[in-house]
Amino acid sequence: MTIQIWTYIIVGITFAIYIGIAIWSRAGSTKDFYVAGGGVSPLANGMATAADWMSAASFISMAGLISFMGYDGSVYLMGWTGGYVLLALLLAPYLRKFGKFTVPDFIGDRYYSNTARTVAVICALFVSFTYVAGQMRGVGVVFSRFLEVPINTGVVIGMAIVFFYAVLGGMKGITYTQVAQFCVLIFAFMVPAFFISIQMTDTILPQLGFGAKTSDGMYLLDKLDGLHKELGFAEYTSGQKSKLDVFFITAALMIGTAGLPHVIVRFFTVPKVKDARLSAGYALAFIAILYTTAPAISAFARTNLIETVSNKEYSSLPAWFGNWEKTGLIGFEDKNGDGKVQYVADPVTNELTIDRDIMVLANPEIARLPNWVIALVAAGGLAAALSTAAGLMLVISTSVSHDLLKKQFMPFMSDKKELMFARLSSLVAVTVAGYFGINPPGFVASVVALAFGLAAASFFPAIILGIFNKRMNKEGAIAGMITGLLITMYYIARFRLHWIGDETTATEADWWFGISPEGFGTVGMLVNFAVSLVISRLTPPPPEEVQEMVEEIRIPSGAGKAIEH
Amino acid sequence: MKDSKSHTAYWRKNLRYLAILLSIWFLVSYVFGIVLVDQLNTIRLGGFKLGFWFAQQGSIYVFIVLIFVYVRLMNKLDKEFNVNEE
Repeated sequence: MTIQIWTYIIVGITFAIYIGIAIWSRAGSTKDFYVAGGGVSPLANGMATAADWMSAASFISMAGLISFMGYDGSVYLMGWTGGYVLLALLLAPYLRKFGKFTVPDFIGDRYYSNTARTVAVICALFVSFTYVAGQMRGVGVVFSRFLEVPINTGVVIGMAIVFFYAVLGGMKGITYTQVAQFCVLIFAFMVPAFFISIQMTDTILPQLGFGAKTSDGMYLLDKLDGLHKELGFAEYTSGQKSKLDVFFITAALMIGTAGLPHVIVRFFTVPKVKDARLSAGYALAFIAILYTTAPAISAFARTNLIETVSNKEYSSLPAWFGNWEKTGLIGFEDKNGDGKVQYVADPVTNELTIDRDIMVLANPEIARLPNWVIALVAAGGLAAALSTAAGLMLVISTSVSHDLLKKQFMPFMSDKKELMFARLSSLVAVTVAGYFGINPPGFVASVVALAFGLAAASFFPAIILGIFNKRMNKEGAIAGMITGLLITMYYIARFRLHWIGDETTATEADWWFGISPEGFGTVGMLVNFAVSLVISRLTPPPPEEVQEMVEEIRIPSGAGKAIEH
Repeated sequence: MKDSKSHTAYWRKNLRYLAILLSIWFLVSYVFGIVLVDQLNTIRLGGFKLGFWFAQQGSIYVFIVLIFVYVRLMNKLDKEFNVNEE
């Protein structure tokens, strides 16, 4: 059977499963819609969190990104896993005990202020929209490559699927489809990884194969370092970025992870405080399966690629090269006319251009794996993109129907009416996300920096201080969130997007302390902490009942399920 | 009043656990994986340079262990201070 038929079959089956689950688990109340009724088991929540977290970027782009960055790619590996330690230890149990529906709920109640709530809603919407645009684009890209439909058609199909189960099932539908999606995506990621690890190092586990010897008796990483040196690239296992920058980027990604509303909200769905702790542990364990395999794939794919194409006759290259050349993801230009591929660091003589996404997408073909494995990768990429898009969609619709409409404008709205508004706002959210997927804004490439930087600089300090500092008051928290947000936005607009100021003075040399815009969220967070602490000491302490509430959050007993209100 | 006193003790102990666990979190990622990576890279772990291994593998394993250790410690602490649920 051809790849295309396999892809239709496997993708078709997985979609049927997702839709079946959505119908089976549709939401009957706002509590079902916002927090899945509050009765999700920690294991299921761990899987759902993992699927929610691992986006099209983690699945398709990360391994490729690392294979071009070498050691510097560690910022993503540590940054996107280490945040879960912060979540488990500093946020999840307390927010679960607090027991409402959303992050702006916590900010609004803890800081006894609708202004604080509104600032939080704006941050949540901003972070989620920037993030979701990338996901819809990812759905479109996978569809177009594997099913050979135009990218825009792919985006529309993706929108329709997400809309169907997000609107019908809310958090409940999303949670159980995410469990299924996790299984699909992790299976699809691991099968080719096992095959390739065996082919290259005779070791089944890629995590061990990564440090094993290849068939010629050399350690894989030593061999790769050697190949890099030969071709004029920097050593794979050493970094190019400054240590300070690596430090700040890692921190921004970690703290941003812990501050992302679509991740935090997942911990509202489990029954108890201790389930919230445990479920963060499961989530990280499930995520780590992919995150410890990805760097191994990066090294395998990089070695494989160099050995297959470097200095080889163009006419003798395997068939996959031609296949992917057609998609424009890999390109060869015979500059010196010798008919061979010169792949070197020097851009003047280099003849090969490679898109980083090809590392995961074409890997099964490069390693000559069976057609069904290639189809499986397509289903996995779709699962990763859809699960993340759905999670974000839910945060967006909840922010609008619950935090804005119910809490600010229509406090006496009935549960049924609120549920209707929640469904309506997810319709709007899907449409807007789809629009961005079809017409991606120019700053999509900077979206990561933006979403994580803003989450780190706004939410994280406000929540941490809300739990660990009883004296923190609304003046401090609001001032902190706003300064953290503004300074981070300014920095990214100035040095990454070039929207403000003179572009010629926005080069690497002009970065403050040599910190890149990707790492600036860490600075924004520190500024937020400092401003909050100073302002709060100069203004009156929070009211008695808020201080009591803080006492109460710190103790697990008496949590109950997420309460209706 | 006895209640709030024991709650304070519970909170103190919780903070101590956090300080210890987060120090290890910082050590394996930021210190071993970033600050001291060059020094550790002179040591080898099979086919890996040690600093590189911590940055791309080891720190992630330690993160998982840290969370599960925290879960156990806190479950015990909750029982000890009688603040566990049910």
